[in-house]
Amino acid sequence: MRYMILIYNDPTILDNMTQAEQEADFQSYMAFNQVAAEKNVMRNALPLHPASTATTLRVRDGKSNTFDGPFAETKEILGGVYVLDCKDLDEALELAALIPAAHHSSVEIRPILEIPGVEQSQ
Amino acid sequence: MTINDIHSHITEIFQEESRIIIAALLSTLCDIELAEDALQDALVDALQNWSKNGIPNNPAAWIMTTARRKVIDRLRRAGTRQKYSPELQALQKFEEQSNTSEETSIDEIPDERLKLIFTCCHPALAFDAQISLTLQVVIGLSAEIIAKTFLIPGATMAQRLVRTKRKIRDAGIPYAIPSTDKLPERINAVLSVIYFIFNAGYTTPIGNELMQADLCEEAIRLARTLYQLLENHADDTAHAETLGLLSLMILHHARHTSRLESNGNMLLMEQQNRALWNRDAIAEGIALLDKALLFRKRGVYQIQAAIVALHSEATNIETTDWKQIALLYRALMEFIPSPVIELNRIVAIAMFEGFETGLELLNQLENQDKLEQYHLFHATCADFLRRLNRTNEAKSAYIKAIELCENQVERQFLERRLIEVSSVSE
Repeated sequence: MRYMILIYNDPTILDNMTQAEQEADFQSYMAFNQVAAEKNVMRNALPLHPASTATTLRVRDGKSNTFDGPFAETKEILGGVYVLDCKDLDEALELAALIPAAHHSSVEIRPILEIPGVEQSQ
Repeated sequence: MTINDIHSHITEIFQEESRIIIAALLSTLCDIELAEDALQDALVDALQNWSKNGIPNNPAAWIMTTARRKVIDRLRRAGTRQKYSPELQALQKFEEQSNTSEETSIDEIPDERLKLIFTCCHPALAFDAQISLTLQVVIGLSAEIIAKTFLIPGATMAQRLVRTKRKIRDAGIPYAIPSTDKLPERINAVLSVIYFIFNAGYTTPIGNELMQADLCEEAIRLARTLYQLLENHADDTAHAETLGLLSLMILHHARHTSRLESNGNMLLMEQQNRALWNRDAIAEGIALLDKALLFRKRGVYQIQAAIVALHSEATNIETTDWKQIALLYRALMEFIPSPVIELNRIVAIAMFEGFETGLELLNQLENQDKLEQYHLFHATCADFLRRLNRTNEAKSAYIKAIELCENQVERQFLERRLIEVSSVSE
């Protein structure tokens, strides 16, 4: 089963990290990538630029409206996603627990909806 | 063989063995809704087939085999996505290999209920959802009855159950016994669900007496089953705590008939007629606790069972071992540092050190946490003051307790006490 792991960072925590903490955070991500690769479950890793670079679009009656910033103003910001192919939710949870954001912010685990006949990247 | 005989036979199988059949179906399926639908189809078939051909030697196995075929039918009829599903392939393979399965007895159907319990109590489900699903799928209560327990409309409950089953299917919540390192945590989740079900029965308001006793008995039965199923799977702590919970519930339940007067008024332990306590059940509860303690793994359920055991063994309130009870509450505080437990510890201390001491300890507690909003804090103050003949202070404490109390039976009790103290002048 494929799961998307959505990483929700608390920006105030990230901003207040010391250089050493940032480095440790990065190393932890590398370690997670390593484990996921060894278990052959990693299908995709897509880190995102900060929410300040986001643009939100709404098209109504053929008219496009663009807004600066992310769709929802929340305390925690989507920082990136992974796609993991796991046996079941327990395996996905066990791996997600290795992601640094799970320790200082939150990660959300969502099963990917597989639609038959629709080409989906693996 | 009349149609009525067949019908009652089917009903019997449905009640006794359908839980095992559902659990067995799920080992190749991971879709509770589908398993339940297939079982329903199979029961309808049984009614038609058996009235023509008679009841088979092993009705449960007949239903199991038929239900499995019904799953295949349903999957084949469904869209292309299901047609190629690994579940269908596994089921078809199973079907090809087993040709004598109708002769299997229910005892030979592997009992997979432990997996079912762990799936229903998975921490990825909301606690309310875990409880509702366990009541329906593991215990076999109808959505309508479960709705009454939660005091919500039947349709809302039905929706919650469907949503929960779909989450299990779509999110890939496993149908398995958790790995050894996760087991203690997962057993705790299961035990909390069982204890919640027991308490729901224990504190159900009057007028629902039938349901009250039923839920308590179902929770006890489930804990018994869990203990049997855990054999060879769990570690010592899990065994000890499962036995501890079983003992705790049996000991509470042994006294349940004496908790209320015939008019529904609540009685405190010191007012209860101890002759009504079920001595056999108390003996069983204590034996189970002794067995649990042999594992030498302390836990919250064993400590609570030990407290109730001390109450159950005492012939009256004066000969109760309050010192030991106070120590047990202190041990419980190490696991659950809650002001409510501290409150209970103070009551125990007051019973052997005197109510002046008790009141002093309560005053030290007063500013802690949300205790000020907790009706039992004020009820305890009121009780100590009443026993010390400080009636005016007792009165205002009872009034505060009554204001905060949400349980009708308890409130009526407090109101009676308020009238009592009001009639005494200082």
